[in-house]
Amino acid sequence: MKKLTGAQIVIESLIAEGVDVIFGYPGGAILPTYDALLDSKIRHVLVRHEQGATHMAEGYARVSGRPGVVIVTSGPGATNAVTGIADAYMDSTPMVVISGQVGTSLIGNDAFQEVDFVGITRPCTKHNYLVKDVRDVARIVKEAFYIAGTGRPGPVVIDMPKDVQQAEHPFSYPNKVDLRGFKPTIRGNPRQIERAVEAIEQSEKPLLYVGGGVQWSGAAAELTALARGLGIPVTETLMGLGSVPASDSLCLGMLGMHGSYGTNTAVCNTDCLIAVGARFDDRVTGRIADFAPNARSIIHVDIDPSSISKNVKVDVPIVGDIKAVLTDMLDAVRARESIGKRKAVWAKWHQQILEWKRERPLYENGNHKERDSVSPLHVIEEMHRLTKGDCIIATDVGQHQMWIAQLFPFERPRSLLTSGGLGTMGYGLPAGIGAKFAAPDRKVIVVTGDGSIQMNIQELGTAVQYGVDVKVVILNNYFLGMVRQWQERFYQERYSYSAMSVPNFVKLADAYGAKGFRIEKSKELAATMKEAFATPGPVLIDIVIPKEEAVMPMIPPGGSMSEMLFA
Amino acid sequence: MPSHTISVLVENEFGVLSRVAGLFSSRGFNIESLTVNEDPQDPTVSRIVLVTSGDDQILEQINKQLNKLVSVIKVTDFKEVDTVDRELVMVKIAVDERTRTELDSIVHAFRAHVVDIGPRSVTVEVTGDTGKIKAFIALVRPLGIKEMVRTGKIAMARSVQLESNHNHRHVRE
Repeated sequence: MKKLTGAQIVIESLIAEGVDVIFGYPGGAILPTYDALLDSKIRHVLVRHEQGATHMAEGYARVSGRPGVVIVTSGPGATNAVTGIADAYMDSTPMVVISGQVGTSLIGNDAFQEVDFVGITRPCTKHNYLVKDVRDVARIVKEAFYIAGTGRPGPVVIDMPKDVQQAEHPFSYPNKVDLRGFKPTIRGNPRQIERAVEAIEQSEKPLLYVGGGVQWSGAAAELTALARGLGIPVTETLMGLGSVPASDSLCLGMLGMHGSYGTNTAVCNTDCLIAVGARFDDRVTGRIADFAPNARSIIHVDIDPSSISKNVKVDVPIVGDIKAVLTDMLDAVRARESIGKRKAVWAKWHQQILEWKRERPLYENGNHKERDSVSPLHVIEEMHRLTKGDCIIATDVGQHQMWIAQLFPFERPRSLLTSGGLGTMGYGLPAGIGAKFAAPDRKVIVVTGDGSIQMNIQELGTAVQYGVDVKVVILNNYFLGMVRQWQERFYQERYSYSAMSVPNFVKLADAYGAKGFRIEKSKELAATMKEAFATPGPVLIDIVIPKEEAVMPMIPPGGSMSEMLFA
Repeated sequence: MPSHTISVLVENEFGVLSRVAGLFSSRGFNIESLTVNEDPQDPTVSRIVLVTSGDDQILEQINKQLNKLVSVIKVTDFKEVDTVDRELVMVKIAVDERTRTELDSIVHAFRAHVVDIGPRSVTVEVTGDTGKIKAFIALVRPLGIKEMVRTGKIAMARSVQLESNHNHRHVRE
């Protein structure tokens, strides 16, 4: 058999995995792999900063469901990738990161551009490898993709010393993996599923609480079928938005810190909480003791056993792949005729929630379009009108992120890309670029703030170089808006270092070779956004909004529903 | 909080101990004692026996988080099972004409071994469960302990255990 170098084996293995695009940045220790990459048909996107590469890979993974692939060099290349790796770990995003490393004889010598990358990434990866022998390369790549994409998805790092990339070995790609320590449970325990269905049948106020796991499992259809079949209302976490079409009245939108009054009141009153692929994050629960206080039973479906009963004690745990479990649950429901009699009770409960929602809507439908300054709600309405609601939205972190989560009606899963767990400012633009590589035919909008966009603004260069059609909407209030909001409410209006000057975004876009627009008045909004959205290629739209605009309602951190603040 | 022994079977590869130890430190769990050894019969695996403490919920999380590590093959929780456990300690004890006989009788009673003798000190090796080791140390302390090294705990489930453990508890109740 013909011998290949370790670098060529990496590339051949990626091809065998069906990888079509890599986000990366070359450097000394990874050059052998880059040299091999030049001869392959895999597309490579040269980023401007390695953090950008990791978020692009995340955006790509979220939209396609397949692991995003990143290649970086050793030392600073690797450490720059850490934020994105940690982000992917928190949001269960499949990713394979291949990093260059100094030669094996130099490891531990404080060599040029050496860091202990396996050590650094151990707590923020699902698994990681330091490859010490060229004979292991193909097996390790195979395992890395399997681990990243199987069970609860997550990032895997492969650290490749330069001499291993250069050493030679015959290439054959294994067709299966043998990992005795990694065997995720797929099918849920039938007895537990039966117990769950029983608990649901006995309840009067059942409520589904769904998270990002539903989307990773590709189970949005099964979830919607279950909710509609029984008439059970659904609340979604930030990562779960789009699991059930927002236009369905059963869809109650986001719960938690910035959830609506109606939705959070439903959580307070439910007697049977059915958590599906969600992890009882503190932004959802607030004070644990007061979370879902009337739930006589909590059912939790999750592929990761360690998520179950971690924060909240669960009555009916079901470990398994959500799609498989929900399919079995649908069968169990269909087999149980008596459950149909409960629908009338649940319909009443549903109506009650809708009444709560009407009592205190998220935003009063008032004259926000007539006022002089631009309202964030108005921007979102225009975005929705211009795209007919069919687009992928990537956000950064802060007020704009919460407004999107509250107000944009997502009809499809895999349409909102956002940093939920780690809350990484700078995620949006690169994630939007990555999304476009996964779904070239879908419209991609990045919604960001003046603070967040400046964290990875350099990726505008990447968007221009590859002609990536992303529309970047900056809600610009010359402040770190969410920080300002907390300082206003919880720190007696002492605005400690949260005001920020910003560049002239129109000129900046121009300098990068993109197109820029600026909107200062409400009356300019519709026409300018229309023009901007119709302009091909990367476009930056700088929209000035008042700094006093706050995300409401809000449950203070560590608080409970009774402490909810309103506008 | 009660101490608790867990046996973790892991892939015998470099870095595996830091994965396990890192899990404990990053989640704020405590390790009270730790032993690691290549399995004498299967060199591809190692066994880590560790003693930790925490309430039931913490122990459940430790168990689940350990199982989540790709390098971990099997986690055995010794909470529900009767186990045989052993520690080993070597103690260098000061002796003179007067105390030599007293030490000899303690060594004999504990079925310990003298492994080194000098003009002013004797080194004794004792194996046993934590209680026995503690008792031995308490007895020789008045003689003067010059130096002491102690291993972590190793443990194994008793072979006929489940049944006898069950009966045992039944009787106690």
